[in-house]
Amino acid sequence: MQVPILRQGEYLIASFQAELTDTDLLRVRDALVEQVGRYRSRGVIVDVTVLDVMDSFATRTLRDIAHMIRLRGAETVIVGFQPEVAFAMVQLGMKLEGVATALDLEEGLAYLNRSTKSIGR
Amino acid sequence: MTVTNQAPLNVARPEPIETLLREPVAHLRQHRTQLRQEWARRITEARLLTAMTEEEIFAVATSVYDNYVEVLETGTFEALQAYARNLSERIIPRGVETDEVVGIVLLLRDVLARSLFAKYQHDFTKLNRILDAYEPAANSIANTVAVGFVQERERIIRQQQEAIRELSTPVLQVRERLLILPIIGVIDPQRARQLTEQLLRGIRTNRAKVVVIDITGVAAMDSAVANHLVQTVEASRLLGATVIVSGLSPEIAQTLVTIGVDLGKMNTVGDLQGGIEEAERLLGYKVVPLQETSATA
Repeated sequence: MQVPILRQGEYLIASFQAELTDTDLLRVRDALVEQVGRYRSRGVIVDVTVLDVMDSFATRTLRDIAHMIRLRGAETVIVGFQPEVAFAMVQLGMKLEGVATALDLEEGLAYLNRSTKSIGR
Repeated sequence: MTVTNQAPLNVARPEPIETLLREPVAHLRQHRTQLRQEWARRITEARLLTAMTEEEIFAVATSVYDNYVEVLETGTFEALQAYARNLSERIIPRGVETDEVVGIVLLLRDVLARSLFAKYQHDFTKLNRILDAYEPAANSIANTVAVGFVQERERIIRQQQEAIRELSTPVLQVRERLLILPIIGVIDPQRARQLTEQLLRGIRTNRAKVVVIDITGVAAMDSAVANHLVQTVEASRLLGATVIVSGLSPEIAQTLVTIGVDLGKMNTVGDLQGGIEEAERLLGYKVVPLQETSATA
């Protein structure tokens, strides 16, 4: 299952379309980390609205993506967690510390607009 | 009631309880009015059922009396159980206590036993056998009524708990993108779970950015509930909302520090007003008095 990565101005948007295998996740990660430099993006949004379950590997990969993107000089925000998924993750101790999250795509864009405004390029 | 003057019972052979009690039952039926009055008098004297008027006591006394005698006669408790439940349903809302219900049944038992005693005092062996049969039956009746009352009471309590649970978790929107969740009363694990579910769903449907959880009305908190609160805060963050907890009482603050719950990530404010002000600050609102705005305009 390919994950489309869209360019929206200075941001990259990776929108998950279906449940992903571990390999798919790693492929998304590699693609994002590569493209964020190629397109000189300021921010990355990962949309997980369609996911009904989130296992520890997916959580760790999301966290890795956020940390790697930061090392590449951009911001990441994960958007669209389902309420049930969010609470299950917290109960299982998968907290995504230090990773920005937002309600949906719109909120994610607003967050990036605020947080990347100060970064001068 | 013409059964009173039956042929004398056979003394030599032990009779079954129903036969043995037939004569006393007839006696109790015959003296119904008088015994019932005596009983009602004793109830008033003992200051039982004070929540009810005299007429009500009389009506209750009449039906209980008839049921009582019927159980003595038939030895079956189903009708009495149903009656006891029905009676409890009516009198519990009037504030009648368990000891009063048990008290009046025991009084009736006493009144009837005295009456039987007076009737058979000349025939001591017969009195003995009748009391042998009467006592266990009377005890079972007292037991049935008391159990029926307590069961009804527990049913009501369960029902009310259910009602409270349904009422007690409102998620309210005070401003665009600002929710408050006032928590009042005891939080048990089940309620905590329900609160969290409602809050997370509320954040999604109202697109909330800030949530104020007000726990002024919570008297005590244990480590399980505190951890649940921390988890709720974390889960809300995953949905992109900031949580402010307001109104921690001194007791709760002490408990939480003593049991070592890590509240470092939690944004806590003294009272609900402070919580809402902080939330407005986060959302970029500023509340200004009217004169001030008109003066600057």
